[in-house]
Amino acid sequence: MGKLTKADRPHSAPSFQDLVLKLQRYWAEQGCVILQPYDMEMGAGTFHPATTLRALGPKAWRAAYVQPSRRPKDGRYGENPNRLQHYYQFQVILKPSPPDIQALYLDSLRAIGVNVANHDIRFVEDDWESPTLGAWGLGWEVWCDGMEVSQFTYFQQVGGFDCDPVSGELTYGLERLAMYVQGVDRVFDLNFNGGRGKDKVTYGDVFLQSEQEYSRYNFEQADTKMLLAHFRDAEAECKALLAKGDDGKRHLMVLPAYDQTIKASHIFNLLDARGVISVTERQAFILRVRELARAVCAAWLKTEAGGAHA
Amino acid sequence: MAELLLELFSEEIPARMQMRAAEDLARLLGDGLKGAGLSFDTVQSFATPRRLTVVVDGLPARSPDVSEKKKGPRVGAPDAAVQGFLKSAGLKSLDQAEIRADKKGDFYVATIKRSGRATSQVVAEILPGIVRNFPWPKSMRWGSGKLRWVRPLHSILCIFAGKVVPFEIDGIKSGKETRGHRFLAPKPFGVRSFDDYVQRLRKAFVILDPREREAIILKGAQKLAAKQQVVLIDDMALLAENAGLTEWPVVLMGSFDQNFLSVPAEVLSTAMKAHQKCFSLCRGDKLANRFIVVANLKAKDGGKAVVAGNERVIAARLADAKFFFDHDRKVLLEERVPKLREIVFHEKLGTQYERVQRVRVLAREIAKLVRADPDLAERAAILAKADLVSDMVGEFPELQGVMGRYYALDQEEDPAVANAIGTHYKPVGPSDDVPRDPAAIAVALADKLDMLTGFWAIDEKPTGSKDPYALRRAALGVIRIILENGIRLDLWLQFRNLALRWRRHLIDTNSAGAFEALLAMPAHIQATPEFEALLDRTLFEDAVRAVTENVFFSAVADADNLLAFFADRLKVHLREQGAGHDLVDAVFALGGDDLLMIVRRVEALGLFLDTEDGEHLLTGTKRAINILRIEEKKDSCSYDQPPDASLLKQPEEMALAKTVDEVERASVSAVAKEDFEAAMAAMAKLRAPVDAFFDHVTVNTDDPRLRENRLRLLNRIRATTLTVADFSKIEG
Repeated sequence: MGKLTKADRPHSAPSFQDLVLKLQRYWAEQGCVILQPYDMEMGAGTFHPATTLRALGPKAWRAAYVQPSRRPKDGRYGENPNRLQHYYQFQVILKPSPPDIQALYLDSLRAIGVNVANHDIRFVEDDWESPTLGAWGLGWEVWCDGMEVSQFTYFQQVGGFDCDPVSGELTYGLERLAMYVQGVDRVFDLNFNGGRGKDKVTYGDVFLQSEQEYSRYNFEQADTKMLLAHFRDAEAECKALLAKGDDGKRHLMVLPAYDQTIKASHIFNLLDARGVISVTERQAFILRVRELARAVCAAWLKTEAGGAHA
Repeated sequence: MAELLLELFSEEIPARMQMRAAEDLARLLGDGLKGAGLSFDTVQSFATPRRLTVVVDGLPARSPDVSEKKKGPRVGAPDAAVQGFLKSAGLKSLDQAEIRADKKGDFYVATIKRSGRATSQVVAEILPGIVRNFPWPKSMRWGSGKLRWVRPLHSILCIFAGKVVPFEIDGIKSGKETRGHRFLAPKPFGVRSFDDYVQRLRKAFVILDPREREAIILKGAQKLAAKQQVVLIDDMALLAENAGLTEWPVVLMGSFDQNFLSVPAEVLSTAMKAHQKCFSLCRGDKLANRFIVVANLKAKDGGKAVVAGNERVIAARLADAKFFFDHDRKVLLEERVPKLREIVFHEKLGTQYERVQRVRVLAREIAKLVRADPDLAERAAILAKADLVSDMVGEFPELQGVMGRYYALDQEEDPAVANAIGTHYKPVGPSDDVPRDPAAIAVALADKLDMLTGFWAIDEKPTGSKDPYALRRAALGVIRIILENGIRLDLWLQFRNLALRWRRHLIDTNSAGAFEALLAMPAHIQATPEFEALLDRTLFEDAVRAVTENVFFSAVADADNLLAFFADRLKVHLREQGAGHDLVDAVFALGGDDLLMIVRRVEALGLFLDTEDGEHLLTGTKRAINILRIEEKKDSCSYDQPPDASLLKQPEEMALAKTVDEVERASVSAVAKEDFEAAMAAMAKLRAPVDAFFDHVTVNTDDPRLRENRLRLLNRIRATTLTVADFSKIEG
């Protein structure tokens, strides 16, 4: 019982950015393509085409990347110790899932300084489903001393299509993991750059103002009329691109169409945060996005990267 | 005799699925062995987070030889038939068959001998099918394979009599190796037998038997609690879940800030349990600021880091819960009620808001029947569902009702109202308490009756193992509330009245239904121009009448059906309490829907039948009923007229005729006063004359007039006993 003493903590706990660098280095060594974040607003790293689309089709694929994730509804004006409307996920996708994927994952924890001889690591049932992507998989949330530090999923379907082969997806909540390894109770107190004294930059220095401003925007100021129009525009453009890109045998414009799906999904999340979507409408919006995702995935399977034969 | 050991080793199996899966595996393997003619002594199954294990003991080395006769075509049958027979029996020529004779003539018979097969071979053949078709609630594929399992399957250990049973499933070859604890003993090792397996696993930090893991957790938790002078709050489900999350359970204790104890104990316990699988502790009748966490690890630092980590997570969880509690109390419950419009209770039955409006009317009505204050009952019904849209219940759905009660107390509602809100979902399980306070009873009954009649009106009744809306539980809840509070309720009438409301409501909201009824009218009426314009008053009124009648008959049918459903639930309930289902049947056969009276009758009847008089009277009555059944069938008539006094010849029949009338009068009057003990006491007087009658009087005499009169006398026994129960339904 009692608080952790300094000696119990990993030697020189990694800074927030160290954590990212170490995970990138580790997964690069496992043969992953290290990508940079996708340049669009999205709710989770899964939305990145490197996961959603690459999970479909027969081709092998290994990638890892940080993805800023936007959850407008989760904003708390910077007042909650661990709730953010913008946070980082570290995402790994291994296709096909290798037989030693659990061991690889545990080694990644060792790589960032978690001593598994002293910490209780557990794989607790947690099935994953994304209604907007028409995707689901089975897996676990990974606990470290009762703290959920990752999501671990074997993708079974995306866009309503079976994943064959199956991809293994690992998602690390970077802030939470960093709070754990640094022994910090408030996300804004995280040491971002590893500096000491005057040189230290905290997570709050980087993001507190942004949390406050975006909470105001998400909850109070976002122009809902305009957003509704944007949603319809994105939906229409997605469908138009899907129609125009289909030459019968192959599809030539899946990725631009998918961008519009991502956009529609984020606009829906914003509208939801603004509280203008009723319970019944909510379901209808989700269905509309899922329809787009489904059509995009079908089109993806008609591209070269999606495994279509020339 | 030898032992078969099977272990299916995989990635972490969800805790809630382990026990069932182990049992399924044992059953499927046992059935497979028996199907192949292999008998055995015992089969046992075990599960840990990473393995399902079955051991079968007392198996023979081979299945026995079987020989079977196969009948073929007649001698001289066409060649095609003969060839077909030879082929199916595996014979080369007819010389290998014998010729037998029966009434129709001579025919061929083949003797097919099947020699027994090595058990190992049988096992190797049946296991791939079992694994491929395993009944997991949810299963998945992984990598590039096609095999489905609950999570990726890594290895199969299968040994019979110490030797590997060789087979392969999608590239996984069976062997004799397994692995220990993921962190404490990850290296593979071989095993020779079940005992060896259990021992080696133990050395490798795996306790195979989930019951043993539960015992370790329970004992460890109690010991730690005692040290701190606190008491573990028992939770069997949580215990089983923790045993399903650990191969090597290590019990640790942590604490949290005293200040959180200002939040209700249920909230703190739920927060620790739901998210962290931690046990709560109490000191006296108060929650203690400590918790028990079960780690899956013998940590090098003695668990210091594990406890510290869990304390931080628990502190954050409790801070969230406290935030919800404080935040929720800033909004009055009645202000939340309109938000219930957004919560769909059931697609066809409307929103929670509409439900509240119905339940409040019904709660008022029932309040009058259970001597509750109608205003209090209605107030509670209005607020009862408001907590569904609170932050706390959003986070912890299992706290519905509980939070409503706290919030009601906080806004200074009458304590009876708060109590009714808190208990209106009760009882939620067979061991849960029923509401006791009159207002609480009214709301709890109204809530359940609204739900039951609603689902009956849209024909969503439970079938087989499917009961997604827990309607059986709701019906049992109504039964227990009625019985345990001694409530008199005309159930059928309640059902019918509610069913009428539902049926009318469903017509109103679905005007298409009314038009369908109009359109279902005979074609010659539809063909008239009057119909088209719907101007003809009489026709229109006819149509309305048809719809109304339809509503009424449907409501009556719903009520009948629901009462029958209740009768079944009551039987199950009474059987669990030890009453014979035959006694329940015997009383139900008389009709009636007052559950309390039915149960009192069953109790009185049971006590009576346990006496010597009761036992004898039952035998005598059943004899009378049997004779009547046979003779009435033979003569195609019934002997239900009163016996003719002038034809009573023997003293025993005269005595019986006199007593049976007295007993009937006494019984009917006692039953009218609901004094079932007195009715049974009256019945007891019938025993001696009935016994004497059967000892000395011959019913089926040669004199047809005497015979008929005596049959009528037997009918009097039947009729008189029917005033308390239908004795023909009673076994014995």
